[in-house]
Amino acid sequence: MVMNAITPIRTPAEQALIGAFGALRDSRPTSAALEGLRIDGFARFEASGLPHRRVEDWKYTDLRVLMREARPLAVAPDASVLLAAKVALGRLKRVGGSRIVLVDGFHVPDLADGGALPEGVTVSDLAAAMAQRPEIAALVTGQPATRANIAFALNNAFLTDGLLIEVAPGTELGHALDLVSITSDGAPRLVTSRVVVVVGAGASAGIVETHCGPAGVEYQKNVVMQVVVHDGATLEHGRRQVEGDQALHLATLEASVGAEAHFDSLTLTTGAAVSRSQLFVRFAGEHSNVTLRGVSMLKGRQHADTALVMEHAVPHCQSRETFKHILDGEAHGVFQGKIIVQPVAQKTDGRMMSQTIMLAEGPSMDNKPELEIFADDVACAHGCTCGELDADLMFYLKARGIPHKEAEALLVEAFAREAIEDFGAGPLAVVEELREAMLTSVTDWMRARS
Amino acid sequence: MPAVQETVEQVRAIDVDQYKYGFSTDIEMELAPKGLSEDIVRYISARKNEPAWMLEWRLDAYRRWLTMREPDWARVDYPQIDFQDMYYYAAPKSNAAPKSLDEIDPAILETYKKLGIPLREQEILAGVAPENRIAVDAVFDSVSVVTTFKEELKKSGVIFSSISEALHEHPELVRKYIGSVVPTTDNYYATLNAAVFSDGSFVYIPPGVRCPMELSTYFRINEQKTGQFERTLIIADKGSYVSYLEGCTAPMRDENQLHAAVVELIAHDDAEIKYSTVQNWYPGDSQGKGGIYNFVTKRGDCRGARSKISWTQVETGSAITWKYPSCILRGDDSQGEFYSIAVSNGAQQVDSGTKMIHLGKNTRSRIISKGISAGRSQNTYRGLVSAHRRATNAKNFTNCDSLLIGNACGAHTVPYIESKTASAVFEHEATTSKVSEDQMFYCMQRGLTQEEAIALIVNGFVKDVLQQLPMEFMVEAQKLIAISLEGSVG
Amino acid sequence: MSLLEIKNLTAKLAEEDKQILNGLNLTVEKGQVAAIMGPNGSGKSTLSYVLAGREDYEVTNGEALLDGENILELSPDERAAKGLFLAFQYPIEIPGVGQMTFLKAALNAQRRKNGLDDMPTPEFMKLVNGRAKELGISQDMLRRSVNVGFSGGEKKRNEILQMALLQPKLAILDETDSGLDIDALKIVADGVNAMRSPDRGFVVITHYQRLLDYIKPDVVHVLSAGRIIKTGGPELALELEAKGYADIVGKAA
Repeated sequence: MVMNAITPIRTPAEQALIGAFGALRDSRPTSAALEGLRIDGFARFEASGLPHRRVEDWKYTDLRVLMREARPLAVAPDASVLLAAKVALGRLKRVGGSRIVLVDGFHVPDLADGGALPEGVTVSDLAAAMAQRPEIAALVTGQPATRANIAFALNNAFLTDGLLIEVAPGTELGHALDLVSITSDGAPRLVTSRVVVVVGAGASAGIVETHCGPAGVEYQKNVVMQVVVHDGATLEHGRRQVEGDQALHLATLEASVGAEAHFDSLTLTTGAAVSRSQLFVRFAGEHSNVTLRGVSMLKGRQHADTALVMEHAVPHCQSRETFKHILDGEAHGVFQGKIIVQPVAQKTDGRMMSQTIMLAEGPSMDNKPELEIFADDVACAHGCTCGELDADLMFYLKARGIPHKEAEALLVEAFAREAIEDFGAGPLAVVEELREAMLTSVTDWMRARS
Repeated sequence: MPAVQETVEQVRAIDVDQYKYGFSTDIEMELAPKGLSEDIVRYISARKNEPAWMLEWRLDAYRRWLTMREPDWARVDYPQIDFQDMYYYAAPKSNAAPKSLDEIDPAILETYKKLGIPLREQEILAGVAPENRIAVDAVFDSVSVVTTFKEELKKSGVIFSSISEALHEHPELVRKYIGSVVPTTDNYYATLNAAVFSDGSFVYIPPGVRCPMELSTYFRINEQKTGQFERTLIIADKGSYVSYLEGCTAPMRDENQLHAAVVELIAHDDAEIKYSTVQNWYPGDSQGKGGIYNFVTKRGDCRGARSKISWTQVETGSAITWKYPSCILRGDDSQGEFYSIAVSNGAQQVDSGTKMIHLGKNTRSRIISKGISAGRSQNTYRGLVSAHRRATNAKNFTNCDSLLIGNACGAHTVPYIESKTASAVFEHEATTSKVSEDQMFYCMQRGLTQEEAIALIVNGFVKDVLQQLPMEFMVEAQKLIAISLEGSVG
Repeated sequence: MSLLEIKNLTAKLAEEDKQILNGLNLTVEKGQVAAIMGPNGSGKSTLSYVLAGREDYEVTNGEALLDGENILELSPDERAAKGLFLAFQYPIEIPGVGQMTFLKAALNAQRRKNGLDDMPTPEFMKLVNGRAKELGISQDMLRRSVNVGFSGGEKKRNEILQMALLQPKLAILDETDSGLDIDALKIVADGVNAMRSPDRGFVVITHYQRLLDYIKPDVVHVLSAGRIIKTGGPELALELEAKGYADIVGKAA
């Protein structure tokens, strides 16, 4: 109350963002649908500034401190950037079927790969779809909890276009879509992108996001994905955050899950200097289930925050949230998870688990697993553990002749595996592939330590 | 075991009007002028004939308080409190310094007797084995009216008196420790308390002494429009032990009354303090009218190595509870415990929990919290467990379970678990569920009524915590829980 | 007057439409042990739950008279006070509630409803210890929380202990043999047989004939699709064991 009365002192980053918005508004007029979002997003940002530790949801990720400067907005990639991107993409193992590529946040159809889009899948420009289809415009606007979020507001403020991926009702994809968002080398930029995924009723689909970029460049990225899983549909969602080591990465995933639907999401975090993965997931129909999982492996002075809100707004749904942190060096891991059960959401079954292993003396881990329950006939639980590798297990392995480093690796892999191994109950071929890729990343990460 | 039986009987016996401590005592009181100002702070200090440093301390706090704002982060909702519309000092006129029990207004003695707290030592002694005796400090509105067994305690070197008295008789001890755990700047209500606290209990246990009996304070708010601001200070010197109990009740009144207490505990090397509370302030009626706002700051400092502080609380009363008895685990190998049962019914709002702050090496803490929400109440557990860099090998175990009875209430869990030390091991688990239909059916098939079955199952649910209470309190607490849940089903 | 008389009873799960009991008729006399056998899904457990008054079930028609009084409108505890006892197929765990506390609360609840004073504690202790010993229930089990950490056999013996304490008029044993090895089965059967008396009736629900080797029934009823389709003497159980349910169910259909 008192704080609102004080005019906040703008940080250099805030000043730069305010300036960038003005410049963008003058240089890139967009459709009316987008313009409304941009203005609303900017107004929210201007009112509150960058979130800091006194804002409860950002308690452990103080952007005023962690985002000292704001980079200039990314511009559409030119030929040389595209060529470099193509080379970089060639080195990136594909974990799905058709590849869709964003370079510096701009969709580049020419870099698409892995064959034509499967039947039943369409990819189109978001701004155009919003102008023609009110339901898409409404979806992009976001749910109230998402709208109130400042990373989301900033994404809106700098939105010039986005991508709409639709899977027609009843479609069953054999392979996941491989969505790569790559940031170019060179002067650091602020990249903004928006992807909307609509999975039609009864369809079964998978999508894998890979976020990568050059090492040693302090680029900044603010990505939003909004997902609707319609009644009876299934979506397997994988996410590999392997950004360059100096990057700042803000990601927001918003999902609405219809009746008798399944949504399973797995995020692997190894990249970026500072990252925050936000998940706002909501049940919109009964008898559905959602699984949210993540494995974050951090070293050096990396900071990674997972902030999720799982909202049970209807009865008879089940959610599982399983997050693992493996921390080395002086890394800082954060997990904030909240299960909300609305008064009508009887028979809710929700379980959340956050577990951390520290491999060195230096890391720190902050957990805030919340339950907010307004219905009585529910079974909800959360658990949280934090500590070193089990000394007894380590001893046992070493007693069997396994060297220290190897024993550590074995136990860490087993620890991460718990979150990964039952990912994707659906029939998609990609899931197996993705699981393997994720597990390989864990192994590689452990190997790189020594 | 007999207690459950009694609980069941109690449930049967109770009438619609559940709060049995709701009577008020008609007695002539001396009241400070209404409202809060520097003059009132000076008035309170003068009434207590305090040393100059104490007045300065209060005034500092008061000036600080004027710059602070009321915290709004708790999940509680209440109309703005008008701090000028209450009395900050209310003392029975006859209490002008009673030398003995005979000089105390018989109406007060009668009040405590009615509450089940006899103050005449000969009455306490009748039929009680010496090891089961409890020394009582009785605080009536703003002042302590009597402290029992003082002389006997003195023989073993234990100081047990009202804090006003301690200020005169042991000023050096009070000055050394007061505000050293909860500083005057700590938070809105603690700062207010520092400015206007009127009485409370003081305990000092000398090195190596095991306090020969349980100590307790019984708080009673009687006067209308009066806030109660007591301050309790307990110091356990090296190698000593004390178990302390606290009880509280208030008359049923339509207005909300403020209770903003501060409790500071200090445990030196190898000392142990066990602090138990059965909080049964008037909770307001079923529509949410009236009741106590219980905004309390309780903190223990495990200052010495191998010291231990254990909080046990049974919270059934108050319209609003805002309370986080905490432990600062400063000494190496020190231990903190928090055992809590919070029952809310009607329109009650509870936001309670603890903080376990691990600073020393090999420190251990344990949190067992059982929340039961019924009616239209909201019941929140809020807790912090943290380990600082130096706190190697710190260990915490937290279990926090919530039980919901009826579909109009809410149960919330907001834990913060922060570790900066790899060798710290933190385990936290929380569940929320309703009273199992299977268990209800099983009990009823064996002949228990619905209400008896609920009482039995809930008593089972909270057993781990109840067991931490001294025996006499355990029985009392069991009854209280059943009474608090009366009318929650059906 | 019969001890239990069930007339044209139809019932379903409260949340579903499908009828599980379809016009069931059954009479149990005082002193009688009636076995109810039937294939899975025939409504055996539903019958026991409906008689004991579980809320998940809705009675849509018919009545059940215990000593001539319709009990279907009564709450579970009122039925218990009238002398109806259900030995659960899956006894429920109640963490934190001690066995002795529970047994005493149950016994005294029934005594009070029948106008008796609470049983004095020494007498109660003596009673429990005596019965427990007969059933091979250790002091340790009596000290634990109700059914918590008990093996399957221990839970079933515990049910019989409760029955022995409460001395019901009508005891319904719901698949009491499931999960029991042969030694435990004998102990349980001995406990039941010891309680047979001219004033008491038993309804023994089981899927297998094995239990009936140890608890000899006076009459055997076959339940299928929510109705009694055949009634006979103990030889009917043997016939079922030899031929399986398909044969009889098929003929009846």
